[in-house]
Amino acid sequence: MELKALQEKSKLYRRNILKYIYNAKAGHTGGSLSVIDILNVLYNRIMNVSPENFDSNLRDRYIQSKGHCVEALYVVLADKGFFAEEDLLTLCKYQSPYIGHPTKKIKGIEQNTGGLGHGLSICCGNALAAKKDKSGVRVFTVLGDGEMAEGSNWEAFMFAAHYKLDNLCAILDYNKLQITAPNADVMGLEPLDKKLEAFGWVVKHVDGNDVEALTQTLEGLPFEPDKPSFVIAHTTKGKGISYMENILKWHHGVPSAEQYEAALLELN
Amino acid sequence: MNFTINKANLEVFSETLQSLAQQDKDIYVVTSDSRGSGKLVPYGQCFPEQIVEVGIAEQNLVGVATGLASMGKKAFAVSPACFLTARALEQIKNDVCYSDNAVKLIGISAGVSYGALGSTHHSLHDYAVLRAINNITIVAPADNYETEEAIRQAAEMTSPVYIRFGKKNMPDSLSGVLEKNSAFKIGKGRIIQEGTDLTFIATGEAVLPCVQAAEVLAQEHGISCTVVSMHTVKPLDSTLIMHIAANGKPIITVEEHSVYGGLGEAVGSLLLQNGFHNQFKIVGLPDDHTVSGSQVEIFEHYGISKKGLSDTVLTWIKN
Repeated sequence: MELKALQEKSKLYRRNILKYIYNAKAGHTGGSLSVIDILNVLYNRIMNVSPENFDSNLRDRYIQSKGHCVEALYVVLADKGFFAEEDLLTLCKYQSPYIGHPTKKIKGIEQNTGGLGHGLSICCGNALAAKKDKSGVRVFTVLGDGEMAEGSNWEAFMFAAHYKLDNLCAILDYNKLQITAPNADVMGLEPLDKKLEAFGWVVKHVDGNDVEALTQTLEGLPFEPDKPSFVIAHTTKGKGISYMENILKWHHGVPSAEQYEAALLELN
Repeated sequence: MNFTINKANLEVFSETLQSLAQQDKDIYVVTSDSRGSGKLVPYGQCFPEQIVEVGIAEQNLVGVATGLASMGKKAFAVSPACFLTARALEQIKNDVCYSDNAVKLIGISAGVSYGALGSTHHSLHDYAVLRAINNITIVAPADNYETEEAIRQAAEMTSPVYIRFGKKNMPDSLSGVLEKNSAFKIGKGRIIQEGTDLTFIATGEAVLPCVQAAEVLAQEHGISCTVVSMHTVKPLDSTLIMHIAANGKPIITVEEHSVYGGLGEAVGSLLLQNGFHNQFKIVGLPDDHTVSGSQVEIFEHYGISKKGLSDTVLTWIKN
């Protein structure tokens, strides 16, 4: 997909995230808007995964560790044809399979996530199995910045480097805000690149809301042979909607009718 | 008693895995610095490509095993039961059970096997916590035969399973007849012996003292006991339990677990909800700081022994 088309996809996805969160009166709005460009590039430029090959063991794997931003994943999977987009009108409704965290009941989703600090370990197992099978399968996860405080992630960081999992790429949606306050006030992460490098990963920084920059970075995988790759994607929480950007209450805020209309105007 | 004390179920587990791995390159063992305590050193030497060490990191142990299983591997996550089912409980709940990945969780040195090492190393909570999680089978084999069968059957299961055992030498086969591939089936209790006066329903390494107590009761007191190895704690073989309860005779459950939330409460709940009012007693570890000592001493202290169980029955029946 060409750059211009990718950029249009990001706009479409943002509109759809807001549409279905507005309809559901629930969702993780700010984080879905920060992570969406990453998912756009992964699904439209980088990963070999589609509804057609989803039953093949040779598909690339994506596990969303920051499960709460499932709305972003749903709209991308719908666009890729994994299910009918209008199904998302049932998001978070009684008896709908489209719950507020990723679930394997939905075609295209690899694992149930939602508890934080789980995705990377599972990806490590996937990546190791792919290495053992010499299948060429690549494995991706997106981590949230708040969940970087989970100890299990650091167990997995050690493992990935120890087993030289260069078919594994972890991307941090680094919007720098978590539910309570900025990461720096809740539990400081920095200097994150140095920490991860010390753990044996190759780290690159990128503007995580710039699909061109993301594409260039992710097309360079693996960053080094025999080492896992980590992308610190600097993003903006609530990206694309001026009144939401970097405002804490939009972590899981739902727009009013007026706010929803105003947001759509910004995205058109 | 028609059996001989043979080897630890732990050793049988390791030998069985080696036998399976010879035929199946998808068998994977994942360890958390636990290959020595899991008797898996020979396995690791024979199958270095089919063992994955994660270091002392139980959460990652279960996560990595999940990732292997979801790629089609038959992943056995092996760690002391105390750490596996407490430290990694959220990974078991979310990644294995809720996500329905067919990980085989192997809790080694379970219950009070670690004896005097103390409560950090005891697992008296594992049945309770895992029973309350949807989509997991819980198995505690009583003898070498049950252990081998449990491991072989678990390898072919397509849903999550937890198997726990200890490291003390156990009988080859408590029924005295090594009917390989026939009698033991996960989910179906195994009648070790049949009697007419009362029934012991026990699980794991607590079955042996029941058999021993039953012999004392029969020979010295003329009390005839049924002994059931309820190796599968969940799903419970409710058909067998209700069949046994139908005779109206006393039922006593015995387990190497807290008296809360384990086999006993599962059996009691089943009986009450189905209108059975047999005399009923749960023997296990009380809700207290566990006494210090070896596994044998702890068992004896709490009456999970030949003498303790026969005394309990005699006192109970007299009253």
